[in-house]
Amino acid sequence: MKAKETKTKEIQSVPSKKGEIHPMENLLRMDRMPHIWCPSCGIGLAVTAFASALEKANIDPDKISIVSGIGCTGRVAGYVKLDSFHTTHGRPIAFGTGIRVANPKIKVVVFSGDGDLIAIGGNHFIHAARRNIDMLVVCVNNFIYAMTGGQVAPTTPLAAYATTSPYGCVEPPFNIPYIADSSGAVYVARWTTLHIRRLINSLAEALQKKGFSVVEVISPCGMYYSRINKLGDGLDMMKFYHDNVEIRHGEDTKNLDIGFQTKIICGKFVDRERPSYMERYNQWLSGVKGGSRDEG
Amino acid sequence: MKFWRKPLDLDKIKISCGEIHIFKDRCKGCAFCVEYCPKDVLEMSEEFNIKGYHPPYVKNPDDCLECHLCEMLCPEFAIFVTLKENEKPANVTAEKGRK
Repeated sequence: MKAKETKTKEIQSVPSKKGEIHPMENLLRMDRMPHIWCPSCGIGLAVTAFASALEKANIDPDKISIVSGIGCTGRVAGYVKLDSFHTTHGRPIAFGTGIRVANPKIKVVVFSGDGDLIAIGGNHFIHAARRNIDMLVVCVNNFIYAMTGGQVAPTTPLAAYATTSPYGCVEPPFNIPYIADSSGAVYVARWTTLHIRRLINSLAEALQKKGFSVVEVISPCGMYYSRINKLGDGLDMMKFYHDNVEIRHGEDTKNLDIGFQTKIICGKFVDRERPSYMERYNQWLSGVKGGSRDEG
Repeated sequence: MKFWRKPLDLDKIKISCGEIHIFKDRCKGCAFCVEYCPKDVLEMSEEFNIKGYHPPYVKNPDDCLECHLCEMLCPEFAIFVTLKENEKPANVTAEKGRK
């Protein structure tokens, strides 16, 4: 804790423009602001929530590592003042597994988008959940591949328009909490960017959890998803979330499909205990060889 | 706020008073802070910032209660609230009535 205090003081002694210091200056790289995300994009809110959750959960910033893939949300790794890693497309969970196994003292947070984690990195996602690797996955879901120009993603709802579906999407979308739950994740929650206080509490809870935790953050995409579907800008999407989100804690994850402009069910769905990969590994090793690696 | 009856400890209650700081050049004009401020403290301005967006300005600085919702809902990290030193007593707002 002592090291953390001195670090904060050092950073705060350097004032930003006009002598004003943002309260998240010690966790975010304010020299790189304004960021590249579009006006009314929700990824900034997910980053705000994550930084607040880090402070709330009282986690040492030196003991945490952020891994991001490619895409809009993949840029998060570049904006945090923590150990961060911007990896190849779809592989943040694989890199995070490596970090976790090599140094069990570090808490790994995978911060990436739906196209990166569920489409290209889908196999890594389900296998990390199966093994129960100790990490937090923050999946920012904006229903589309936004950075490449609005193509159909595996989470695009049926009948929604996209650049590659000019007559409406015909593929049924993935239900991210259901995949995570059925593959064996220990903590599964879904919130929108509007429910920012609940999201902060949920992320702080998931950061304390041992095992594979997944928090899905539904985010407005004002430039592609909303524009192509004529839903207005990000503010209109936030108003839509306000009117159409239903909070049901402990809901069966089978019922969490999201249709085009239908009701979205948010809440904490799964919270259970399972031995994590490193615990199983150490237990097995102590049984076979009579020794174990560092506790993780 | 209007009360059905006057609370007995009304003179002891102090309402915190916030001061809003805006980084105008970081703003991209999404208007989340203006829409979701519970006390309607902020409003979009007519002026342009360096990137050509309209940043918000503080319309009613005395109404801010330091709830930090604008700070949490800003996707650009462009707004934050600090606590003002002088707190106002609760009966001042009780007289004004709810908007």
